[in-house]
Amino acid sequence: MADTAQGFMAPKGRHWILEWLFTIDHKRIGMLYLWCIALFFVVGVLLGLIIRLELFGPGKDIIGPQAYNAIFTLHGVIMIFIVVIPSIPAAFGNIFLPLQLGAEDVAFPRLNMFSWWLYIIGGAIALVSLFTGGGAPDTGWTFYVPFSAVTSTNVSVAVAGVFILGFSSILTGLNFIVTIHRLRAPGLKWTRLTLFAWALYATAWIQVLATPILSITVVLIAIERLLGMGIFDPARGGDPILYQHLFWIYSHPAVYIMILPAMGVISDIIPVFCRKSIFGYKTIVGSSLAIAFAGSLVWAHHMFVSGMSDTAVMVFSLLTFVVAVPSAVKVFNWLSTMYKGAIRPEPPLIFALGFIFLFAMGGITGLVLGSAGTDMHVHDTYFVVGHFHYVIFGGTGFGMFAAIHYWFPKIYGRMYNKKLANISAVILVVGLNGLYFPMYLLGLAGMPRRYYDYLPQYTELHQWSTYGSWITAIGLILMFYNLIHSRYRGELVGRNPWQAATLEWTLPSPPPSHNFDEEPVVTHGPYDFHEVRDHD
Amino acid sequence: MTEHHDYQGAKMGMWIFLFTEILLFGGLFVLFAVTFQRYPTEFHEASKLLDVTMGTTNTVVLITSSLCAALSIVALQRGERKRSEMLIGLTILLACCFLVIKYFEWSAKFHHGIYPGSTEIADWAPGKQAYFALYYAMTGLHGIHVIIGMAVLGWVWWLIRREKCTPDHFVALENAGLYWHLVDLIWIYLFPLYYLIT
Ligand code: HEM
Ligand SMILES: [Cu+2]
Repeated sequence: MADTAQGFMAPKGRHWILEWLFTIDHKRIGMLYLWCIALFFVVGVLLGLIIRLELFGPGKDIIGPQAYNAIFTLHGVIMIFIVVIPSIPAAFGNIFLPLQLGAEDVAFPRLNMFSWWLYIIGGAIALVSLFTGGGAPDTGWTFYVPFSAVTSTNVSVAVAGVFILGFSSILTGLNFIVTIHRLRAPGLKWTRLTLFAWALYATAWIQVLATPILSITVVLIAIERLLGMGIFDPARGGDPILYQHLFWIYSHPAVYIMILPAMGVISDIIPVFCRKSIFGYKTIVGSSLAIAFAGSLVWAHHMFVSGMSDTAVMVFSLLTFVVAVPSAVKVFNWLSTMYKGAIRPEPPLIFALGFIFLFAMGGITGLVLGSAGTDMHVHDTYFVVGHFHYVIFGGTGFGMFAAIHYWFPKIYGRMYNKKLANISAVILVVGLNGLYFPMYLLGLAGMPRRYYDYLPQYTELHQWSTYGSWITAIGLILMFYNLIHSRYRGELVGRNPWQAATLEWTLPSPPPSHNFDEEPVVTHGPYDFHEVRDHD
Repeated sequence: MTEHHDYQGAKMGMWIFLFTEILLFGGLFVLFAVTFQRYPTEFHEASKLLDVTMGTTNTVVLITSSLCAALSIVALQRGERKRSEMLIGLTILLACCFLVIKYFEWSAKFHHGIYPGSTEIADWAPGKQAYFALYYAMTGLHGIHVIIGMAVLGWVWWLIRREKCTPDHFVALENAGLYWHLVDLIWIYLFPLYYLIT
């Protein structure tokens, strides 16, 4: 049984590079994603630090204005399309969804490999756009026309990359939907699905239904540029506002592609570390689906100042408030689960708590942006930058970190230094607040976003934010150091160090290439801890 | 590693994929609707410039090809491998016809300087220009789908020859057929929208 010592990561005979690049094992594909995402994340963070450094004082500090525009565009494109959107579903979803379902693999293993290839190709093309043509795109990650249609920088190549990345995302979503429908083990009724699987299910539908709209939008930018189409050019009968509509019809639902899987992770973690069944299983499931549905109806809250009828503004403002409800419901469910639970403050839980706090900070300010009246004041200011970083770094990023700390012992069969992990979590929470809270104040004071330079009265807050970015960096370095070190040196753990009740913990750590020797039969729910025993 | 055959799963995957394709075109249809609503008379004017005969011919060609694809599935299910192969060949041939006709249609337009960004149409009314921008975008994207569809059909044709797609395991052919019907269906919407609106 050489297989179980290293599990699915054990060499199989072919050259190891080929073995990994052309693997159809969902666990290996998940790992490929995980590594690529981690790598791109580091690049994105470095770019973020450069942005912050430049903004340390008014005027030029380290880079010129054109370089600044290119860097924040690149930062956005990498973080959104290459890191956050695929993050949890493509990495942890691939590794753990089939395990949680008691399945051998996803429904279409080869398509899964193909999705990963598309991801790599798309990411590579996006990077190539930096160094070729008229220079790195300088439009911001939203590629708004008319600027994106006329700028001489390399926008066409970048949107080609985004198109391919989108295709990869669609295929992953499709694969997951069919997997969840078709490959559940006997006894695994829909009501016994893990909440992580439910979250992936809702996410997969958004991926499938919203991403095609983004695809067509970026195709239109490309042909607008290459063939001089004029689809968004008012002089030729087009309309730039239509671009914004199409873009946000995708990109608002996309923010739920980013956050729903993280919520799924949190919903899986909290019961385990409180030794209590989740409070309101069905409400959480319902709220995931409600978010997926209602999240598709609110895109125009990004356009309150772009020129819409007053009625439209009212309707979209109202809908935005409605979509906040299911998110709040989830938060209350998590807190109620913890109430009177036997809480064990292990690192996954600490990260989960960090998630709840930071996500709440971002979510509440979302309401400020969603009310048309207040949005008029803070639209396109640093308030927005603060809001979405709280949500996607504090939310999705922390969900990702929580997931890593939760499943690390399953993937590698080893445990990291828990104390160090807890310390890094706390440093990160402090750092993120230092980095992004001043942005709220800057925004309220009127500092516009995407500006290279600023008036002297904003200096102090910008400096606080930059200090925050350094603390964040320290937290990240500590966290990554701990994980990488423990991957080789960590203490060996058995199957189920957390005494969790879901199926992946019944397998050896790391799991073998063939997931289950015999098909498991599920007899209880995912958060029923009565029957859990420590296996070895 | 043995591959499992999940007929229902494969079909479900294909239907979801087709749905994404519809949404992809959906974005363009929305653009069409909004622009049409804004420039109804210009759209009417512009549509007179298209060649209805060629459009109609192409519609007939495409519907026939769709029929061939459907018949090919029936043939394979009945175990008539040769006939199934031939019918797919015919489908691909008709797809070629479609593209050739499209080619002539487009080059005639180009010849008259009717294409987005041409100097010829620069001082036309904006609505008319928008009409042609959308016309080329939508029929062009559809044309690309025709080409992809041909490649997929060619691949299934090869599978049948190699007996990897057989009377008891024909889901690849069925899915390729579904894709082709979608390509056909989209055209059936494009045709009246562009050629017949008055
Ligand atoms: C240490 C980490 C980070 C730092 C220091 C940082 C810093 C910044 C700053 C200062 C901006 C504003 C640029 C401007 O509007 O002029 C920005 C924009 C942005 N960041 Fe980050 N960020 C970090 C991490 C992240 C993460 C994890 C994500 C994704 C989850 C992310 C996504 C974005 C996006 C989408 C934009 C918008 C770009 C635009 O305005 O077009 N960032 N970041
Ligand atoms: Cu939004």
